Amino acid sequence: MTIATIDRAQTAVPTELARGRGGGGPATKRTVVAYGFWIFILSDMVMFSALFAAFAVLRGNTAGGPTGAELFDLRSVFIETMCLLVSSYTCGLGALSAERRQPARFLMFGVATFVLGAAFLFIEVTEFARMIGMGAGPSRSAFLSAFFTLVGMHGVHVTGGLIALIYFSAQVIAIGLQTAVLRRLLCWSLFWHALDIVWVGVFTLVYLMGDWQ
Amino acid sequence: VTDGQDRVFGDRTPGVEEHESTATYLSYTAGLVLAIVATIASFVVSQTSLLWPPGIPVGLIVLAFAQIGVHLVFFLHLGSGSDSTNNILALAFGILIVFLVITGSVWIIANLNSNMMPM
Repeated sequence: MTIATIDRAQTAVPTELARGRGGGGPATKRTVVAYGFWIFILSDMVMFSALFAAFAVLRGNTAGGPTGAELFDLRSVFIETMCLLVSSYTCGLGALSAERRQPARFLMFGVATFVLGAAFLFIEVTEFARMIGMGAGPSRSAFLSAFFTLVGMHGVHVTGGLIALIYFSAQVIAIGLQTAVLRRLLCWSLFWHALDIVWVGVFTLVYLMGDWQ
Repeated sequence: VTDGQDRVFGDRTPGVEEHESTATYLSYTAGLVLAIVATIASFVVSQTSLLWPPGIPVGLIVLAFAQIGVHLVFFLHLGSGSDSTNNILALAFGILIVFLVITGSVWIIANLNSNMMPM
């Protein structure tokens, strides 16, 4: 047991004594950056929770317009879900390849992630266009306003993620897997996994619970 | 565990699996399989009367939480070890706020709706 006195305060606790509580000195930049990004993701979740709450409250207010059960095509929702899920998997494998300094493998998984994410986005935009073409746009009812806001906000996040993926892949090609690039890729993969978690909430609450109430 | 500068650190980086090598490809694959099973189960439960119909929403919510748990453990590598204490604490606070916003809104508006005068 160690006792720290005023004139002999210990500067760093050995790692084994205080893992996760400052043991081994201050955390590395990588940990600090990823932790900060983790806090950002959690606050993004709080923002999504407000949109989920709005949708849950407004889902019954169809103003005589079409309901979710009449509008949604569950088959394409299932395909979308699978695209996003598998892209989360390839993103994880890509992050792993980057950790191991295998740029070629990373780029291969990056392309797979991009294609699957773009397929997700394509199906979503097609569905939106179909609904708006049927006269079920966001201005039709409070239910549809909430629907387009929630699902559209998720789609905007996916779009941003795809743009960032192109940007970071270009960095990998241009300057290689340097420490700073690895940190960005780590944050990016956290973001992409988080989007998949939000989508679990979307397909459960919005699409599958559509017939309920 | 080192960070390029050969320094030992004690805080788990969010999203990083630290006990290395072949096990990690396996953990991503295990996560993918479990998540696909949970997704298919959700779609099947919602479209059939496999579950007692009034219980379907509860079943779907349980499946969604299970899948989110799978994502957190297998994709984001949040463990229960003391080195991920900070990450788990931040997550717990986030979940608290999300829970308050969603259930609070639904509860209040349901109460307002039931007190509305019939139109």
